[in-house]
Amino acid sequence: MSKKREFISGDEAVAIGVKLSRPHVIAAYPITPQTITVERLSEMVERGELNAEYMHVESEHSAISAAMGASAVGARTFTASSSQGLLYMTEGLHYASGGRFPVVMMNANRSVALPWSIYGDQRDSLSLLDSGWIQVYVEDAQEALDMMIQAFRIAEHPDVLTPMMVNLDGFILTHTYEIVEIPEQSQVDAFLPPFQTPNKMCFNNPKNMGFSSQPNDNTEFKYQQNLAVLNAVKVLEQADTDFATMFGRKYNGMVDEYQSADAEVLLVTLGSVTGTVRDVVDEMRAEGHKVGVIKIRYMRPFPEEQLQSLTAKAKAIGVLEKDISFGYEGTVYTNVNSALAKVGNTVPKLNFVGGLGGRDISKADIRNMFLKLQRVAAGEAYKTVDFFNLNVETNE
Amino acid sequence: MSDIKDIIKDENLVYKKTKVLTDNVMHYCPGCSHGVVHKLVAEVIEEMGIQEKTIGISPVGCSVLAYNYLDIDWQEAAHGRAPALATAVNRLHPEKYVFTYQGDGDLASIGTAEIMHACNRGENIVVIFINNAIYGMTGGQMAPTTLEGMKTATSPYGRDIKLNGHPLIITELIAQLPGTSYVTRQAVHTPAAVRKCKKAIRKAFENIGQKKGTSFVEVVSTCNSGWKLSPVKSNEWMVENMFPVYKPGDLKDE
Repeated sequence: MSKKREFISGDEAVAIGVKLSRPHVIAAYPITPQTITVERLSEMVERGELNAEYMHVESEHSAISAAMGASAVGARTFTASSSQGLLYMTEGLHYASGGRFPVVMMNANRSVALPWSIYGDQRDSLSLLDSGWIQVYVEDAQEALDMMIQAFRIAEHPDVLTPMMVNLDGFILTHTYEIVEIPEQSQVDAFLPPFQTPNKMCFNNPKNMGFSSQPNDNTEFKYQQNLAVLNAVKVLEQADTDFATMFGRKYNGMVDEYQSADAEVLLVTLGSVTGTVRDVVDEMRAEGHKVGVIKIRYMRPFPEEQLQSLTAKAKAIGVLEKDISFGYEGTVYTNVNSALAKVGNTVPKLNFVGGLGGRDISKADIRNMFLKLQRVAAGEAYKTVDFFNLNVETNE
Repeated sequence: MSDIKDIIKDENLVYKKTKVLTDNVMHYCPGCSHGVVHKLVAEVIEEMGIQEKTIGISPVGCSVLAYNYLDIDWQEAAHGRAPALATAVNRLHPEKYVFTYQGDGDLASIGTAEIMHACNRGENIVVIFINNAIYGMTGGQMAPTTLEGMKTATSPYGRDIKLNGHPLIITELIAQLPGTSYVTRQAVHTPAAVRKCKKAIRKAFENIGQKKGTSFVEVVSTCNSGWKLSPVKSNEWMVENMFPVYKPGDLKDE
């Protein structure tokens, strides 16, 4: 049987992935560069192709609240946002994770105001790592489509029951077109059973779905929430394996890697920039440089053990991210450094910060990072945080 | 034939662009009402001699870049929060002329709470409200102000009242609030309408000097890109479809 392929944008791939997952409710508010996804879904609903309720809400704060309400009556629920909209949802994000409502969200990674910018970086979702949501970052439109289907299965698993955010780089992935393989509905149905949850309103088993807690039990709620996100590790790895069996595409769970086994210097990446890094690795390998890349897929739960083992042989490690936690370092770097410190990995670790507000990260930039890592591995002095491609003179 | 140099003389001047408008080329689509309304606000500011005393609070939406076109001080607000910022700026600088410039996605959707409370408190500010019944900047999605049956990017078969509720006639609600002194609905689709709209904007700004509380000027506007109509057709469509729901005229003038 020939496989169905379409030339579509990342936003459209997400919409198709969501449609195939048969959600009951979609509640969203428009924001660039997410909007095309919800436009496509509203079209599918209005054309009758998707039997779901599309809720036009008055803000993102209402979108996440409506999504939570839908999940609380046992509906499979999707929402989507970006940047300011995601931040406006923040209160509701904590409500949804604390209430254990497995809502799935697509977030188009975009810069955060001020200065106001519609262009991409990863500061929006990385600033929300503590909101209790599972966070995955995809590299291309195919992975975006596939992860929507996986996300419902992971989030809704009884051991997890935690909302999940699928992140894709604004414009770089949302607005560029790729050939994407569209899974068969029957196969998706076999992979993703209908949503079943004990955590819902039910006339036969009446319950109160929101509550206050006191100092004597709050810690226990948070302990269970932490456990649920940790439980997601096994569940997402199983989902990845089963997805590969069913659809023939494997994403390697928590992390992916390319040419890392014998690499002397490594770059750790997040999201779409990984594709460019792979190309640079090929070019530099052809010249005899032992370079490699590790792509973090999940930021929560965090791939601690995988990073510890994959980096064990490297002589210098760089973390490339479109993020900065002002006054310290990039958030991805902090997480990676913490994981490696636990196993006493003391090789030099650099934090390459750039691509903010949509600035391109070129192959030349990445080559310079690898070359710098090689010099640092050979003993050159270095500064931990390196804002690359800075257009201003500094006295640092 | 006389030389063009002989024609360019002060005594021959019949129209001049106000100096409050910058020379920047506007990013607005041809036919969009924003350009005209920007010009009217700029002309009123120049004619009242308040360029150095006016502070604009810009929204999120197409007019987020208004600071490129009106040469006054501006402050950017998060989506919908302009009235809260305007309140603070006005309270600390009560002698200044503070106004918000907001679209329907900003004012009548995500920012409904802020506009209601600012108007109810009677903050001594002007609100310019551009209502084109659509989210223009994100590409034409359904807004609370979208008309019944109106097709948008997220209501491709038209707004269904049962599913999506009624168009929000927010200006009538605002007029109910005792904090407002002047509430009017205008348009800029004909030269006469433009002149009338300018008078309304002028009165609103003069009310600030008289400490009259909140003055609210809705401008029923076109979004020909979002509506997928030519500028001329957009104006016709607006008169035919928007005006019966959003009726032009003064709602309150105290």
